[in-house]
Amino acid sequence: MPSAPSRPTLPRRAAIVGANRIPFARSNGAYARASNQDMLTSALDGLVARFGLAGERLGEVVSGAVLKHSRDFNLTRESVLGSRLSAATPTYDVQQACGTSLQTTVLVANKIALGQIESGVAAGVDTTSDAPIEVNDELRRVLLAANRAKSTAGVLRALAGLRPGQIVPEIPANREPRTGMAMGEHAAQTAAAWGISRTAQDEITVASHQNLAAAYERGFFDDLMTPYLGLTRDNNLRADSTLEGLAKLKPVFKPAGYPDTEATMTAANSTPLTDGAATVLLASDEWAAERNLPVLAHVVDAETAAVDYVHGDEGLLMAPTYAVPRMLERNGLTLQDFDFYEFHEAFASTILATFAAWEDPIFCKERLGLDEPLGSFDRAKLNVAGSSLATGHPFAATGARIVPTLAKLLHEKSTQGGSGTVRGLISICAAGGQGVVAILEA
Amino acid sequence: MSNDWYSDFVNSGFGKSIAGSVGLPPVPQLRRYEPGQPLLSGPALLGTATADGRVAKVVRSLLTDLGVEVHDDPNAAVGGGSSTSKVAAGIVDATGLASPADLAEVQAFLTPVMRRIGPSGRILVIGDVPAEAGSPAVRAARRALEGLVRSAGKEARYGATVNLVHVADGAENDLESTLRFFLSSRSAFVHGQRLDVGTVPGFSGSSQGVDWDKPLAGRTAVVTGAARGIGATVASTLRRDGATVICVDVPSAGDALAHTANDIGGTALQLDITADHAPATLLEHAQRHGGLDIVVHNAGITRDKLLANQDRDRWNSVIDVNLNAQLAINDALLGSEVFHRGGRIVTVSSMAGIAGNRGQTSYGASKAGVIGMVDATAPLLAEKDATINAVAPGFIETAMTKAMPVGTREAGRRLSSMTQGGLPVDVAETIAWFAQGASYAVNGQVLRVDGQNFLGA
Repeated sequence: MPSAPSRPTLPRRAAIVGANRIPFARSNGAYARASNQDMLTSALDGLVARFGLAGERLGEVVSGAVLKHSRDFNLTRESVLGSRLSAATPTYDVQQACGTSLQTTVLVANKIALGQIESGVAAGVDTTSDAPIEVNDELRRVLLAANRAKSTAGVLRALAGLRPGQIVPEIPANREPRTGMAMGEHAAQTAAAWGISRTAQDEITVASHQNLAAAYERGFFDDLMTPYLGLTRDNNLRADSTLEGLAKLKPVFKPAGYPDTEATMTAANSTPLTDGAATVLLASDEWAAERNLPVLAHVVDAETAAVDYVHGDEGLLMAPTYAVPRMLERNGLTLQDFDFYEFHEAFASTILATFAAWEDPIFCKERLGLDEPLGSFDRAKLNVAGSSLATGHPFAATGARIVPTLAKLLHEKSTQGGSGTVRGLISICAAGGQGVVAILEA
Repeated sequence: MSNDWYSDFVNSGFGKSIAGSVGLPPVPQLRRYEPGQPLLSGPALLGTATADGRVAKVVRSLLTDLGVEVHDDPNAAVGGGSSTSKVAAGIVDATGLASPADLAEVQAFLTPVMRRIGPSGRILVIGDVPAEAGSPAVRAARRALEGLVRSAGKEARYGATVNLVHVADGAENDLESTLRFFLSSRSAFVHGQRLDVGTVPGFSGSSQGVDWDKPLAGRTAVVTGAARGIGATVASTLRRDGATVICVDVPSAGDALAHTANDIGGTALQLDITADHAPATLLEHAQRHGGLDIVVHNAGITRDKLLANQDRDRWNSVIDVNLNAQLAINDALLGSEVFHRGGRIVTVSSMAGIAGNRGQTSYGASKAGVIGMVDATAPLLAEKDATINAVAPGFIETAMTKAMPVGTREAGRRLSSMTQGGLPVDVAETIAWFAQGASYAVNGQVLRVDGQNFLGA
């Protein structure tokens, strides 16, 4: 379609047009034999079908995975080539741990805002079932040395370095390289430091499951999801989850350095390892209008923060606590100015620690440099369609699950009477002490 | 290889000789439509029963324009051959019958035609509408044609079809899409049937400027139940004929639905058509395409149980999907500008809705209900220059029939004049024809696509 001869007024806000994801599957279950490329291609094809994009050239597709085979260096490009999109659609890969596909959303939205592209897909995918396994580092050195050797004798000399112990492979672990601690162990420390109770965590968990189940029941995901490999819903969902049931579970992560604090984090109030893929279609308003496509919401702003969890005295997953006030100030908003709050539930304790920090005058003064604490907000507006504790959390796919969920919630609210802008906040913590947050409006 | 082993066998070299010597019924291979195919593969015979015939002129002009060799004498030498050479079609204008005595003229024309009709040939009888007759003798003569055609259907061989078209008084110039359908191989499995043209008053439309290779060009269609089976074939057939297709199915069938939609460059809409919001959601989605021209109510379910073992939930689920959802969507279409003037609704009834079927009281009820819906909706749509028609499939080869017990399946196939099951595309071709803008005079009809199945015939 011909676009307007003159450039639009820039920057402009990128529109969220729609989305597609596949149901998320617990690790080594329904998608055990699916690769990242399989899942991403299928999620893209579902998006193409929903919006009639077969054969279309989009501005770009940006995606990524956290657990990635070396052969998947061009994961997004390979997926697009296997999809029904035009092969003339460019791509690139991004990896920012659990923040990946919120960051890809920001990247695509920014190019749209600057008029560099008119449309694009932000996506993310992860599999913990089809994870890469590397050869042992010592074995790798021996093999590379043999490869470098110029004579047969040299090859043999290098191979003489082979030892039986080198057969043990390197398996990726959900562990911080600089501390050697599992993410859950980090989160347990933060929970202990902020005195987050077991009951409060379990309440967040039950709400997540019940909200997700209710969202399914009212058909909320009918235009956000396409079944895959026989799965029609996230199979981590426990619609009958109760506080009593969760109270029986044994804690799994102990807070090191807090000998007097009871362990509170269980398999239920922590997200499980999950497989899945999610995509979001973004565009300029003009692109959407030319195709009579709906605009669910717009991307207003985003902020990424990082904290020093290695040497500094900050929790691994607390970066959003810093990112949000910076973004709020820039936009002249307060924490209370939102209709919906979408907080990625890496662990129930993580979001509770974040909320506690924002209510704490000392933390807000000393760490965030604020005269007043950010305060609290209406928890009834939190994760109203469920979040990661119920859906599961394929690391790089979570942002592209949350963005359309919030966009659709905003769209529903804005079209159900009520005048004026409706606004939502997204917050996602990520490994490496990082965090990505964003504001959407409809 | 199809999954019809008997057909494969009697059509093999060895099987043919065995079948011939022991008298096994042959299974003709039907000529089916491909884009660009000529209307007829050979010469046509065109007879006129009375001097008052109204339609022979129209038929002749269509055939001559298409370069078909036409002869009036049923015993004429054709195609440079003899007076017994095969013909592709025999058409008789049986309008204007004054009494049953005039039927002899129809017989005189059709007798040689029956001997000369070639493989997958087309025999078409065109008569007046019995209900429009002024006297018992005239009405009897008009009605007699139906018995003649249905019986001749049982005698026709080699995939030839025999059908009857009733033309309302004054509708003789509104026949083109109907003639093209019944004469072409689009109607391969429509056999021994009757169709009325122009019987619902107030129709208007035109065949002027139609691109007959893309008769649905520029139109937007919805097909429900499009994920797989007949629905997926309907979607691709409408696309082939030029339509943009919105493919609808339940969310749990979304992955197959996405394939259907992407294969034909359409869109996928995951929607439970029984939901309260379904009609509104459908219309909202259609606005992406600037409105809606064609709605195909194909989605249907079976929950078979003997009536003695029936329960309310099972019963209601069938009535809800197969009937109530269609009624609700039609109501919304009638009340909305999104459904364009000149729109087309095509719904799927069933042989079970006409003849009944053991274990299918709920399904049979829903599919008979569809016919009632068509009857009552046709005049309402006529006010919008729109139409509603139904196709009633007989035994069609699908994944569902593949799973049937062998005995039931074989009976379903062989107990029809064509001794075989139809293909999903046969149903799809009929739907695509009803959906044409040029089919404006075809309204309120139920057409069986069943190879003249013996059930309820």
